[in-house]
Amino acid sequence: MRLHEYQAKEVFADAGIPTPDSQLAGTVEEAVDAAASIGYPVAVKAQVHVGGRGKAGGIELADSESELRDAADAILGMDLKGYRVERVLVEAAVDFVDELYVGVTMDRGRGRPVAMVSTRGGVDIEEVAAEEPDAIAREHVDPAFGMHPFQARKVVYEAGVDRDVAGDVASILRTLYQLWDERDGSDAEINPLMITSAESADSASDEREVIAADAVFNVDEDALFRQPELAEMEDEAGSGDELEAKADEYGFDYVRLDGNVGIIGNGAGLVMTTLDLVDYYGGSPANFLDVGGGAKAQRIANALDMVFSDDNVDSVVFNIFGGITRGDEVAGGINQALEEFDEIPKPVVVRLAGTNAEEGMAILNEELVTVEDTLEEAVQRAVEYAQEVSA
Amino acid sequence: MSVLVDEDTRVVVQGITGGEGRFHAEQMLEYGTNVVAGAVPGKGGQEIAGVPVYDTVQGAVREEDADASVVFVPPAFAADAVFEALDARGLDLVVAITEGIPTQDMSRVYRRLEETDTHLVGPNCPGVITPGVAKLGILPGNIFSAGRVGVVSRSGTLTYQVVDNLTQRGIGQTTAIGIGGDPIIGTDFVDALELFEGDPETDAVVMCGEIGGEDEEEAARYIGEYMDTPVAGFIAGRTAPPGKRMGHAGAIVSGSGTGTADSKITALEDNGVPVGDTPEAVADHVEDLL
Repeated sequence: MRLHEYQAKEVFADAGIPTPDSQLAGTVEEAVDAAASIGYPVAVKAQVHVGGRGKAGGIELADSESELRDAADAILGMDLKGYRVERVLVEAAVDFVDELYVGVTMDRGRGRPVAMVSTRGGVDIEEVAAEEPDAIAREHVDPAFGMHPFQARKVVYEAGVDRDVAGDVASILRTLYQLWDERDGSDAEINPLMITSAESADSASDEREVIAADAVFNVDEDALFRQPELAEMEDEAGSGDELEAKADEYGFDYVRLDGNVGIIGNGAGLVMTTLDLVDYYGGSPANFLDVGGGAKAQRIANALDMVFSDDNVDSVVFNIFGGITRGDEVAGGINQALEEFDEIPKPVVVRLAGTNAEEGMAILNEELVTVEDTLEEAVQRAVEYAQEVSA
Repeated sequence: MSVLVDEDTRVVVQGITGGEGRFHAEQMLEYGTNVVAGAVPGKGGQEIAGVPVYDTVQGAVREEDADASVVFVPPAFAADAVFEALDARGLDLVVAITEGIPTQDMSRVYRRLEETDTHLVGPNCPGVITPGVAKLGILPGNIFSAGRVGVVSRSGTLTYQVVDNLTQRGIGQTTAIGIGGDPIIGTDFVDALELFEGDPETDAVVMCGEIGGEDEEEAARYIGEYMDTPVAGFIAGRTAPPGKRMGHAGAIVSGSGTGTADSKITALEDNGVPVGDTPEAVADHVEDLL
């Protein structure tokens, strides 16, 4: 789960990481009031879960109220890579001379946290990582000890950060690690971490300062049970997708895709395989929906309700391989859900295998669904149905 | 022969008094697994399904000579349960079934694991089965059959699908290991392949991977360099879009293009591993290899 920038900045600021003055605004008038209290120039930044907001027109600078009105008006309500912008962050523009990248994530290959610093801040760090891996200094952290101060210094010096701000950057990196550790982060990033010039108006002491101009904090969803504050932030942020919100309510692993064959199955690997087979047989998957292990009848009915709610879906394939999950429970759920309709909204193909599959097959109402014996046959039939509808 | 599990394996079930723990302890007993004890703090002295319960894993090891553990403990307490199992001297194998253990907890477990000789399988896995002999976990025993093919997989239900395809054709299995779909797991592909390579009765191996991480690429290099036993592969998630978590916490294609189905399939094929487009095609490949 990803926090919005304004939420991540709140969390960072509470921990003592310097961030620019900022306020959230949902209308142009709120943005004008915010800018008036912060003071121009300001940056206006779309609060949506999209990378590369700047390039896509989601971040604008404004020197005056009229520029701000134009910027806020353009960004609020815009469609940014499929997400509607409902709110902007109005933030003091930082007069900077250098930009750094600072991040903490889990290196799954080594099973250990890794801290990263690069002087190539302000750009797409994944491109830097792919093209010039040496431009990013890395330090692995022993999760039993946490990050020692020397490790923070080491990675900052290795990255080649200017000496007069190296101490501040090392201290910010340690704070970021501690946050990541205590708040169950999966990724914590500051990009860019801006370095001001000595003469900057913000710098009363004539010293260069560092300030987090952006903030990314992704939380491990499996750890939300012990991060109640962050869980609340998730509720506030929402996913922005009605179907995905419905999936959260039902407790399904669900991902919406572009195609027209709805897919329901049990177990992530098997559902992914079903998606791949739909594609292999010339169809296009509309979604990934994993009902999980041990699903009972009501859960199966909920899954059908979800997939039927997607207007793009032209046919549905059910692929259940029972281990904990029982075929008769699944069949009962399918019958129960479909018997409520006068007319079945979209053709449903069912394939049951594993625990109690035979019992399930025996009770499935074959007037309502098409039954196939193998995975391959079921997928092919669902693809045919979808093609007939779209033809 | 088999790997990890055989007729002598003596199992303690951590969390045996919970719904899942009890149900699957019974299922394991019914399959013939030598379940000798349960371990649940505060429940010592009880008996579940005819099995004595101890307050600590160490107690179960001491009194019942347990040498393997299966963990059915809720996610918030599961890492602690695995630590307890790794701390108990005498356990060679710990199988963690629990789904949804926080990744940072697993990072600490993994670090501890590096200091022990114990094999950890999982978490978020279906377990380990030597058909006809013993199963440790939640796998449906009836679809497996004894034979000469080793199976290792990141996904539970996909394991069932592939094994079913094998069994239907009369191809039995030595041992099947579900290693789990989380970002940080104990036994990985290379560990499992090494075990199968060392087992004289395993004549071929099926490896089922999925998007996310680079374990499959690493396994491909290992196969190319060290393995004589032939391997057939399957990779789930060809159609998965980047940046979306596909159910498994580890199944996410990163934005920088690593961990994709294509990179994994290419790595396997470059090292002589035929990769099936469908589970059925994997069984075809295995038939050719045998």
